[in-house]
Amino acid sequence: MEPSSPPCSQDCGEAPLAHVVEVRVLLAVFGALIVLTAITVAVSYFDFGALNLTVALGVATLKAAMVALWFMHLRYDGGLNAFVFLVGVVFLGLFLAITMLDSVQYHPNVQSWEQRK
Amino acid sequence: MTEPHPPSTQSNDDGHPSAHLAHHFNTPRQQYDSARLGMWIFLMTEVLFFGGLFCAYAVFRANNPAIFVDGHHFLDKPLGAVNTVVLIFSSLTMALAVRAAQLGRRRSLVGLLTVTLLCGLAFLGVKAVEYKHKWDHHMVPGQARIAYWFSHEAAPEPRKEFRPEETYVRERLAAEGFESLTQAEYTERVEHLGTFMGIYFSLTALHAVHVIAGIGVIFWILIGAIRGRYGRQYFTPVDMVGLYWHLVDMIWIYLFPLLYLIH
Repeated sequence: MEPSSPPCSQDCGEAPLAHVVEVRVLLAVFGALIVLTAITVAVSYFDFGALNLTVALGVATLKAAMVALWFMHLRYDGGLNAFVFLVGVVFLGLFLAITMLDSVQYHPNVQSWEQRK
Repeated sequence: MTEPHPPSTQSNDDGHPSAHLAHHFNTPRQQYDSARLGMWIFLMTEVLFFGGLFCAYAVFRANNPAIFVDGHHFLDKPLGAVNTVVLIFSSLTMALAVRAAQLGRRRSLVGLLTVTLLCGLAFLGVKAVEYKHKWDHHMVPGQARIAYWFSHEAAPEPRKEFRPEETYVRERLAAEGFESLTQAEYTERVEHLGTFMGIYFSLTALHAVHVIAGIGVIFWILIGAIRGRYGRQYFTPVDMVGLYWHLVDMIWIYLFPLLYLIH
């Protein structure tokens, strides 16, 4: 089956293997990643109390998702690769959650430190 | 994945145009998708591999946040930020390199891979400056032991505890507004710093090992690109190395705020 692709200089005659991401899309993702890095650094100079960690991890997750979706072409894959990767992330969450089940036991220490601070 | 394919008319024996198609795949597309799936499974195991250390981080951070509040004053925020930008930029050039490989543009592929390689080396250079600084102020856990392994001197007195340079630590803490600490307060902060440095070095050194491996495989595909191994129908190695490099970037995206940006 010969696809009707435009003439090419070499290796002609077969359908393209994968989606080719536009340069401007890659540049836009890069720009967004730099802006988010600047935001996360700027935000670290202010105290949001318990939200500090949430904000830092939220921005990092947004950045990681952008890298995965566009730089790693996950957006253009079938869902299987994303599923495989997310299984790993879910299991990491499970490990973290089980490991930290006893954190309540340490709350008195944390609170006494916060009062001394 | 299991859709039926007609018997292939393209095989290794035909030579062009499917010289890269292994005989156990029906189409180049199927071969390429299989490679990507395998790579994503590997990247998933990498997440779990780092996950052990992230678990350790989470436990210490939840149960003793003082470790991180006291410890992060000893990391260089601007250097960490510079390294973040360097690594994100190298991810961009890697993504552009995959694109160049897909389009069969050999010269831009070679150029972009070279830039990516140089960024990886720059990242390691900055990391080395940071590590050297920690070493100079005796802030590397187990430093006395390590120094002894690399020297030919007689065995020193057993010294396993963390003993950073006191004048530097006091100076640094004073700059952060903690002046005239009592001996007990100072000792407590040094204990926190020791644990923090243990976590910092475990996570960043494991990451640095991945950067070194990444530089190795980028060098390998750079040689292949110079020799013209990759074209429109065969760029799988470039794509696989790209995926790996982006994962290394992704992990640093988490490490930077978790270690350097603590309030």
